[in-house]
Amino acid sequence: MAEPAVSVAHVSKRFRLYHERPSSVKERLLRLRRSRVEDFWALRDVAFDVPEGQTWGLVGANGSGKTTLLKIIGGILRPTEGRVVTRGRIAALLELGAGFHPELSGRENVYLNASILGLSRRETDRHFDEIVAFAELEEFIDGQVKYYSSGMFVRLGFAVAVHVDPGILLIDEVLAVGDEAFQRKCIQRVRELQREGRTIVFVTHAVQQVHQICDGAVMLDHGRVREMGEVADVIREYRLVMARQHIGFARQQLTRDMEITAAETLDADGRRPTSVVQPGAGMHVQVEVRANRPVDDPVISLAIFEANGEFVWRTGTGDMQLGRVEGKLRIDFNMISLPLQEGRYLFTVGIHDRSERIVHDLHDQRYPFDVTGTLEDDNRVVIPVGTKVDRL
Amino acid sequence: MSDDVLVRTNEPPRLRPVARFRELWRHREILANLSRKELRVKYKSTFLGVTWSMLNPVLYLVVFYVVFTYFIPARTPNFPVYLLSGLLPWALFSTGFAGATVSVIGGGNLVPKVAFPHETLPLASIRAQTVNFFFQFLVLIAFMLVFGQPLLHRGTVLLFPALVVLLLFTAALGMATAAWNVRYRDTGYLVELALLAWFWATPIVYPTSFVADNLGLTGFRLYLLNPMANIILSFQRALYGGTSPQALDQLPAPGLTWYAVRLLVVGAASAVLLLLSWRMFFRRSGDFAEEL
Repeated sequence: MAEPAVSVAHVSKRFRLYHERPSSVKERLLRLRRSRVEDFWALRDVAFDVPEGQTWGLVGANGSGKTTLLKIIGGILRPTEGRVVTRGRIAALLELGAGFHPELSGRENVYLNASILGLSRRETDRHFDEIVAFAELEEFIDGQVKYYSSGMFVRLGFAVAVHVDPGILLIDEVLAVGDEAFQRKCIQRVRELQREGRTIVFVTHAVQQVHQICDGAVMLDHGRVREMGEVADVIREYRLVMARQHIGFARQQLTRDMEITAAETLDADGRRPTSVVQPGAGMHVQVEVRANRPVDDPVISLAIFEANGEFVWRTGTGDMQLGRVEGKLRIDFNMISLPLQEGRYLFTVGIHDRSERIVHDLHDQRYPFDVTGTLEDDNRVVIPVGTKVDRL
Repeated sequence: MSDDVLVRTNEPPRLRPVARFRELWRHREILANLSRKELRVKYKSTFLGVTWSMLNPVLYLVVFYVVFTYFIPARTPNFPVYLLSGLLPWALFSTGFAGATVSVIGGGNLVPKVAFPHETLPLASIRAQTVNFFFQFLVLIAFMLVFGQPLLHRGTVLLFPALVVLLLFTAALGMATAAWNVRYRDTGYLVELALLAWFWATPIVYPTSFVADNLGLTGFRLYLLNPMANIILSFQRALYGGTSPQALDQLPAPGLTWYAVRLLVVGAASAVLLLLSWRMFFRRSGDFAEEL
C-alpha cells in the first residue's frame, strides 16, 4: 500500500492555562507564589491516516480540538507527544486571510507568502498573474494590504494557497467567508484540486459538505477520536452526540431544585394511557413536575430518540415564559401527529434553565413507545398529504 | 508528485541542531524575504529609502568632525573615525538585538497562520540590520578614503572575525529575548534600557585608556568582562588602529594576539550561548501560534 499523505500518530497536545496569567515580568514576580498553572490536553492520543488523493473532514463540537489538530498537521503548532508525517507541499487556509503583513503591498505579500509555502521566486513569478486574476485584485495588487477590505484579504489568501501547487490542502471553515460568487469559485477550485488528486483535510460544521465531498472523516470529542473512517458512520455518531449536547443533557450535575414526579404517554384524546401508536396518529405526553424551591423561568423539554440512541426531535416550553415556579405543574404536550416510521422510540424529559447550562432533572430515554402499523414502501416519515389530480 | 515529495515530520520540540540547521538552510529564501520585508517596511513611504540609513553616519561624521576639530579639540586623535569604527558595529548589535527581541510578536499574522521555522524571524531582523551595517560601513570607508587614511594594514584581518563574533553574540541574545518576549512583553522594554546602560559600558565615545586610568588594573579587567567591549575594541583595532601611531596608543594593546584571543573566547562563549538559547527558542516556538 502506498504511504499515506498525512499520517497522524498518537498525537497529544498540552496547553498550559495560566490562571491570572502574568503577561509581564513585574506581574510574574508579584504573583510568583500565586500563579497557578493548569494543564489542558487539547488533543489526546489522536491517530489516523489520510491516504494520498483523498478528502477527509474533521468534525466535532466547538472546543473538541479540530483546529488545533489542523494546525499541528500544518506544522503551525508542534505536538506535545506523537508525530505527524506529511508528504507533499502543504497549504493551509486558517481563519481569515493568510499571514499577510499590513505594511507591504499585495504583490510583496504574495511573494513573501509563497516563499513561506515553499515556492522559489521563479515559481512564484510563473503563478503570479494567475493568483492576481483569481483574487480579482488586478487594480489593487500594488497597494498596501492594510487598505484592503476583509473580503480582498481572504480572496488573496485563498488565491495564493490554491495556486502554490499544494500536495496537501488544509482548510478551516474559510469557505464560509467571502461573497457568494467567490465562495462558489472556491468550492469549484477545491473540487478541481480533488480531481487532480490532491489530498485535502478540512474542518467543518456543515455535515452536509462532509457527505458531499469527503472520502473519510474523523470525529473528535474532547480531544479524542470518537469515531473515524466511513463518512456515514462518523456523521451518524456526530449527529447523535450533537443532539445530546444540544439538549444539554450530556453530563451535567442535576440540581434537583425541580423534579419530574410523573410522566405518562396517553392516546390521541389524552384520556387513556398507551404506549403504542399508529404511524401518523397523535399522542399526548403528560408530565408533572414539582419545584422543591422556587425556580425562575425553567424550561421543560421533551425529546424523542430512536431505540439505538439517535436523536429524532425535540420540543419544549421555551416559547412560554413560565416565570417563577413554586409548587407543582402539569405540562401536557399534545403531539397532533407523529409522522414516524415503525419501530421503538424513547421519550426524554428534562427540566433546565434557558441557557441549558443548569439541568434540574432529567429522565433520559426513559419512556418507551412503539409505532406499529403498515408504513408504505421505504418511507422514513409519514407526511399527511392531500393529493389531487386535474384533467386539463 | 511521487519522486519529489516534500516529507515533513512534525513532532515534539527537541532541537537537533544539525538537522534543524539544514532545514533552516532549505528555508533561506524565507529568511531573505523576511529581512527584505523588514527593510522595506522601515523605509516604506519614504522618498530616499535606504539612503536614510547612510545619512545617519554621514551626519555623525560631519558633526563630530566639526565639533571635535574646531570647538572642542578632542584628546583622541582622528576622533570621527574612532567613533564610527565603534559606533557602527554597536548600532548593528543594538538594533539587531532589539529588533530580534520584538521579531516574533511583530511577525504579524505569519506565526499563527502559516508554518515556517520561527527562527527565521529573529535571524531576519539581524540580517536586515547587517545589510544596513554594510551601507553605513561604506560611508566610513568613503570618509577614510577621502581623508587619505590607510584602509588596509595588518590589523584589518581582525575585521571579518570580529563581525562573525558580533553576529554570533547578537543572535545568541536575540534568540532568547525573542522567545521570552512572547510571554513577557516587557522583555522588549528591558532590552532597550539595558542597551542604554550597555552603550556607556562599552568603549565607543571614550577610549579605554580613560577606564584604565580611572578604575585601575582590576577595574579595567572587570570592565573587559563585557563581551561587547572586546568585540568593539577589535573593530577599532581593525579600522582605527591603522590610521596613525597615535591612534594605536588609544587602544589597550598594539599587537593583534591580544584581540584574537579575546575574539576567540567571546566567540566560543557566544556559540555555546547560541546553542542554549536556540534550544530554548525551539522548545517554546511550538506554542508561539497559540500564545500570540
